[in-house]
Amino acid sequence: MVRLMVDAPAAGSDESAVDAFLQGGESLRHAPGPYFGSYGGRWMPESLIAALDELEDTFEKAKADPEFTAQIAELNKNYSGRPSLLTEAKRFAEHAGGVRIFLKREDLNHTGSHKINNVLGQALLAKRMGKTRVIAETGAGQHGVASATAAALMGLECVVYMGAEDCRRQSLNVARMELLGATVIPVTNGSQTLKDAINEALRDWVANVDNTHYLLGTAAGAHPFPAMVRYFHEVIGEEARAQILEQTGRLPDAVCACIGGGSNAIGIFHGFLDDPSVKIYGFEAGGEGVETGRHAATITLGKPGVLHGARSYLMQDDDGQTIESHSISAGLDYPGVGPEHSYLADIGRVSYEPITDSEAMDAFRLLCRTEGIIPAIESAHALAGAMKVGQRIAAECAADEAAGKATVKASEKIVIVNLSGRGDKDVATAAEWFDLLDKDSAEHEIAKEGEQL
Amino acid sequence: MSTVQEQGTARTASKSAAAIDRAKAQGRAALIGYLPAGYPSVEDTIAAGIALAENGADLIEIGIPYSDPVMDGLVIQAATSEALNKGFHVTQVFDVVRGITSKTDAAVLVMTYWNPVVRMGVEEFSRQLAEAGGAGLITPDLIPDEAAEWMAASDKYGLDRVFLVAPSSSPERMKRTVDASRGFVYAVSIMGVTGARTSVSSAARDVVAAAHAAGAERVCVGLGVSNADQVREIAAYADGVIVGTALVVAIGDGGVDAVASLTKDLSTGLTREEA
Repeated sequence: MVRLMVDAPAAGSDESAVDAFLQGGESLRHAPGPYFGSYGGRWMPESLIAALDELEDTFEKAKADPEFTAQIAELNKNYSGRPSLLTEAKRFAEHAGGVRIFLKREDLNHTGSHKINNVLGQALLAKRMGKTRVIAETGAGQHGVASATAAALMGLECVVYMGAEDCRRQSLNVARMELLGATVIPVTNGSQTLKDAINEALRDWVANVDNTHYLLGTAAGAHPFPAMVRYFHEVIGEEARAQILEQTGRLPDAVCACIGGGSNAIGIFHGFLDDPSVKIYGFEAGGEGVETGRHAATITLGKPGVLHGARSYLMQDDDGQTIESHSISAGLDYPGVGPEHSYLADIGRVSYEPITDSEAMDAFRLLCRTEGIIPAIESAHALAGAMKVGQRIAAECAADEAAGKATVKASEKIVIVNLSGRGDKDVATAAEWFDLLDKDSAEHEIAKEGEQL
Repeated sequence: MSTVQEQGTARTASKSAAAIDRAKAQGRAALIGYLPAGYPSVEDTIAAGIALAENGADLIEIGIPYSDPVMDGLVIQAATSEALNKGFHVTQVFDVVRGITSKTDAAVLVMTYWNPVVRMGVEEFSRQLAEAGGAGLITPDLIPDEAAEWMAASDKYGLDRVFLVAPSSSPERMKRTVDASRGFVYAVSIMGVTGARTSVSSAARDVVAAAHAAGAERVCVGLGVSNADQVREIAAYADGVIVGTALVVAIGDGGVDAVASLTKDLSTGLTREEA
């Protein structure tokens, strides 16, 4: 019996995993896959298994190759602009219970988000495998733009699959990809959303796997993608941990990130997984409210299932059909989530909570007005979550003080927020949300609620 | 893994294997026809399945419409989307299987992406399929590595487990997949998704040879087969020929009668020409 996986080693072993972690016996870092507890694996057509094996083998060898790690470090430094800053947001923090808030500035990376970390790594692997073509899926266009960027830098042909409706709404991002030399293919089948763009990319991959690498944009999918995408984003957490120690002399009390597929989150979480004093929070897209059914709160309300190659929490109906997700943020608008997040949720290491569209947009505006930083609407979910976390911490401090317990002041507590991307792409959506557009303007015509130009 | 298979084989005779062996005894390859359940209606699928059996198909493959069919081309995507839009529910697949098996001797397999089975529960799904008279499952996105639960349930209920092998399968994977399969092995003729193609890739012959060499007694070829000439070409070296998209087009354009006449035509290609 070779590597047969029993479906669910389930609750018992998951509890022992968290116990082992709490006792300091076992590290949660560098989980290699293919399984994270009972999640992950390879729920994929046999036709693609050879390509996944080749990718896994190439990735494992590359990780151990000083030349590869040096290439990544050089690109991160001299192309992406790493390390990204850790900025204290003092005026914003006044609205978060008065705790200290630090922003990990992935918005300052080249192409404007954390996505560049992963695409550079995978494009290098594509070159190592002798592939001449990369394909990618994109929702809002961020991962598509990042993929087109990496492909241009490394001389690879690039094809991006994007829902037809998203192409129309994001016509400027389509133009960006085309300026960078990529071909954008509108996907008109299924629900014409991000998940259908992934389906179409997988169909392309099956047919062209000899010369093509599928540059998956998030820490989901079949092994080795979840562990590999995390590896390329681990730099976020490593930098943040070193920077907070340097700036404050201690570890944070909490780390917050937004979760769609979960790549930015797993990147920053990874740096703190083995620090028991650091609470970790992932904020999912609550859309119009989880009670309305129009949301993307996969872990909060989903049930385990298999989609796009991995077993993980999934938004699905009683028949196992995938349910369409809804969020004002296209980057979080996905009915699945990376398998490592499902595991971290089950063992209780990370708390996952929904943030509604309107909570996110309030935080979006607040950061603009208090710090002069326009965040991506995705990242605004993490900001809104951090405000709640800060207020809870402040309430606990006040309760301890009232009870006469010795306590640390809220103003000495530290929360890090992963500011995963910048909001330039979201200006039209925000302008529509806050009713800033002239009723006769072209933007008003195009930018219905939830849409971005 | 081989012990699991032996136990299963000992427990219940494979319906798919029996159907293929009956064709073999007649000096021909088996014909396997695919229809998506609920397209254009559940009643039509049952009637078309019976027409398949009465006009020369030895095995019938009933597909469960699924929201994310990554191995299917545009024709089958459109058909299964329509079925879902009309309100198809997964449990109706058992009505289809029962409707066909109660009227014909054909072996009826269900082709399904894995999540609907996971959602219902592998054990429960297997129980209901067996009760409906189904032969087993064809699983396009389940590989033996992830199939522990299905191995156990298929053994318990005597169901065939048809895994796929592809031109890209390594010798090691070929062996593992052949060992895990029961009934037959589904050889993907080309690297790609379902859909009619003007010619059948030469890779198909190599995949079949590799599967036979790895110990498979019955290997059937699918993907891209749409007419009697292609059936004839494949019947020369494979144990069965699977036709999908062409039948879906037929039922969409001409209903049950068109399925009957296409099946009759396809079956003319089954007899092996004397060497």
